[in-house]
Amino acid sequence: MNIRSLISFLAFAILIILAQILLLKNLALFGVAFGFLYVMVILDLPISIKPIPLLLIGFGLGLFIDVFYDTTGMHAASATLLGFIRPHWLKLVSPTGGYDDNNKPNLREMGLSWYITYALPLVLAYTLVFFLVDTWGTGNLLEAFNKGFFSTIFTVALAILVQLLFFKRRRGI
Amino acid sequence: MLRILQFLYSLRAFLLFVILEVIAIWLIVSNNSPQGAAFFNSSNALSGSVLNTQSEVLGFFSLGEMNEKLLDQNTALMTQLELLNPATDSINLKLDSALEASLEFKGARVISQTLRFAQNHLTINKGEKDGVKVGMGIFNQEGVVGRIKSVSKNYAVGISLLNTELLVSSKIKSSDVYGSINWDGNDSKYAKLLYVPRHVQAQVGDTIVTSGYNAIFPEGIHIGIIQDIERRDDQNYLNITVELTTDFSRVNYVYLVENLAFEELDSLYNNAEVNNEY
Repeated sequence: MNIRSLISFLAFAILIILAQILLLKNLALFGVAFGFLYVMVILDLPISIKPIPLLLIGFGLGLFIDVFYDTTGMHAASATLLGFIRPHWLKLVSPTGGYDDNNKPNLREMGLSWYITYALPLVLAYTLVFFLVDTWGTGNLLEAFNKGFFSTIFTVALAILVQLLFFKRRRGI
Repeated sequence: MLRILQFLYSLRAFLLFVILEVIAIWLIVSNNSPQGAAFFNSSNALSGSVLNTQSEVLGFFSLGEMNEKLLDQNTALMTQLELLNPATDSINLKLDSALEASLEFKGARVISQTLRFAQNHLTINKGEKDGVKVGMGIFNQEGVVGRIKSVSKNYAVGISLLNTELLVSSKIKSSDVYGSINWDGNDSKYAKLLYVPRHVQAQVGDTIVTSGYNAIFPEGIHIGIIQDIERRDDQNYLNITVELTTDFSRVNYVYLVENLAFEELDSLYNNAEVNNEY
């Protein structure tokens, strides 16, 4: 990753995080679909990133979001898990012939169907952990699965929308 | 020995993952106690100022509605004041000084809140320097909102009534039967009234107010209206659903109440080994 793409990635990350804490925090479609758009930052990190920086970024980012949500530790726990399973899942969904050196796991480079198979299970794991921790002790398991399921769909749809609207297209999607 | 170190080194990502998860879980657990200081929450300076700016911008759009509400409340308070204002004659004796001014009120603005999780919190724009203390009750003109959980210099975080951890001592207004209000984590409009024995004749439509027993809220602040009563043969307590009078989706300005006798009562309860609910 050269300096130029690093700076543009940082700018993108800051915008997404601002959108998360200023807008999406106050939004829940039908009371069940929450948008955790900031996980896009973790999902869009380069494929070649090492597991340890990935885990640390996940934990730090989650904790930062936690501060604004007053959910100390909950986003951090879920985002760390997301960072942990991401490399394994990337290995499983690799296209025939493996990844190119400069491939980034985003819509523009990998196409819509690959992106959905990549993002959906990861975000599902994230939201399930988050809502299981949230409803822990209240016995509302069904509610946790319900929220997790719809939040996953909403988050992935938002992520695709953001990439279609704001990312320059290289090839036809 | 080298083998072990090599083995651990090959597992370093997994070990880091476990360590980070343990830290996260420790944070969750230590934050979950209804009382006590927490560092990683929205009362710190950075997030407080961001949320404060946001709420100032958004607050501009609801000024008209706010003014109307304040006007309504002022009218109600003026009526009440008229009733209380004693005529200057000798029949009004001064009560015991111990009963005087045991409560102190403050106003504050809510700058951030959640209402759709199972553990909801709210952040207000008053902190230590305005005299906000941990344990103060939060309410607005509609009813009980929550309780202060941790305080920083300029901001404070409260645990909302919409939090399964919070119990508020309360009573049925008409019959003076005591119970505890606790949210069940489902709908932000309804909560449960716990520990009301089976023999009590409660009715749908009865008002639930704070009992004044827990030294946090004064007696008589509205909480809700009984919406449904279920009597089960195998349970000792009634299953009462209460419709909350506070509209949590529109909590903008709140009042804080401090019971000046709280510390004395609290240490008394501690000495007597009574578990007081908050």
